[in-house]
Amino acid sequence: MSDIAIQTSKLSLWYGDFQALFDVDLDIKQGIITSLIGPSGCGKSTLLRSVNRINERLGYVRIEGSVEVLGQNIYDPAVELIQVRKQIGMVFQRPNPLPLSIRDNVLFGHRLHSGERGSKATQEEILEAALRQVLLWDKVKDRLDSRATELSLEEQQKLCIARLLPVKPTVLLMDEPCSALDPTGTEAVEELIWQLRGQYTILIVTHNMAQARRASEECIFMLLGKVIEHTPTDEMFVTPVHKETADYIEGRYG
Amino acid sequence: MFEATALNARNARIQTLFRLLFGLMTGLLILPVLIILTTLIHEGGSVISYDFLFTSPTDGMTAGGIFPALIGTIWLVAVALIISVPLGVAAAIYLSEYAPENWLTRAINLAIINLAGVPSIVHALFGVGAFVLFLNFGTSILAASLTLAVMTLPVVIVATRESLQAVPLAFREACWNMGATRWQTIRRVVLPNAVSGILTGVILEVSRTTGETAPIMFTGAVFFTPFLPQGVFDQTMAMSLHLFVVSTQVPGVPEQLPYGVALVLIGMVLTMNSLSIAFRMHLRGRKKW
Repeated sequence: MSDIAIQTSKLSLWYGDFQALFDVDLDIKQGIITSLIGPSGCGKSTLLRSVNRINERLGYVRIEGSVEVLGQNIYDPAVELIQVRKQIGMVFQRPNPLPLSIRDNVLFGHRLHSGERGSKATQEEILEAALRQVLLWDKVKDRLDSRATELSLEEQQKLCIARLLPVKPTVLLMDEPCSALDPTGTEAVEELIWQLRGQYTILIVTHNMAQARRASEECIFMLLGKVIEHTPTDEMFVTPVHKETADYIEGRYG
Repeated sequence: MFEATALNARNARIQTLFRLLFGLMTGLLILPVLIILTTLIHEGGSVISYDFLFTSPTDGMTAGGIFPALIGTIWLVAVALIISVPLGVAAAIYLSEYAPENWLTRAINLAIINLAGVPSIVHALFGVGAFVLFLNFGTSILAASLTLAVMTLPVVIVATRESLQAVPLAFREACWNMGATRWQTIRRVVLPNAVSGILTGVILEVSRTTGETAPIMFTGAVFFTPFLPQGVFDQTMAMSLHLFVVSTQVPGVPEQLPYGVALVLIGMVLTMNSLSIAFRMHLRGRKKW
């Protein structure tokens, strides 16, 4: 059990009358990169978003079943949403740095959750550690006080990952993190995600089959709100079990 | 193959015609402003002097200056701002950031828009009833400023709400997903980026408040008092009412005097506006996304 980071049981989700997820049962292993693939509208983003409860902001979402993160159901009424968000970081399709300095972006989460305490020196340490971890430190160390929105998209996306790290999350959710980037940027961010494996459990939604293949260890194929197949990535792309999986991988639809 | 056809020529003529038409309309729009300003400067410029600005009216309002009215207007506007800006900004933050999207919120928004359409004389009578009589503030700066504040609240609320909603949702999502509460999000990200828009609302409010006459003439402003207000429970003279008085209510006023009063009044509004616009541009220059 301890090597399972995220476990969904009989997870169903409705947007109003539309059912987007059907009895999803998944065990996502700790410390590896798992990719979610499938054609548009198959529910992969919905699944991702139900792991940090951001769907529920839309008032008309209804959920049955459970999502356990490290053994605790995050939909339990006793769960503090702020702690869920702290433990489970999210990276979006479009880089969304805040209109603040690079420094304030990275320290934003830390300041929220530490009640602003902590000396200047500690903050600088945290800042450097986070930026080093996302391979951005050498590029930005001389302009930490310039605006984050002036960085390139690739750097912005790395910064968005960096700003999750100071609050020590266990899970990182990524919703097509490279789709707004050019090929060079994609490669750089993929490389970064690969380096973060082991320390964090990473769940990544992607439209890009090649990306799923080279940058994930396990792969989940979804279709029409159901999980069709969940196997190690190598197996899925070489010997898919289900016909739908094979058809999708070979580009017959999607 | 690239020569103009008859159709091209016709379309070009029509396009020129409409351009002229719209240009003309814009000219017509500016014309009254220019006429007002030139008339005022031409007729009233000679009246303005140090004594005019800094002494009281004398000889039954037919001579002397406008000092008590000038100070009175500053009091009225300042107190009205102190009341309406915090109230309006807070209400707008609630409506934009907290209120659920339901019929009640929509009804409140509709009510605010309607409040903006209530004629100022109705506000004046409301002010008499509510502040002068019921709350027993008497005819005082407080009652007059409260009336002005109620009247201009919708401007502040609408401008603030719109500038809050102009802050991209992605910023809020980024904060929420890091575990920020609504208030932390508003305080650190939304408000700093909405300040310039909120300031626009305040500018509009100042302009309108400075010139309003009806809401203050029954609630706190008087025809004449040689004394400057010492506090919010005093009565006061005011520029707008003073202009009305010297233009229509008092016999024997030299023809130039009302022009001078009007010129100072417009000058106050324009100065405030330009200061605020300059400040707003300064803020906007720092904002980039």
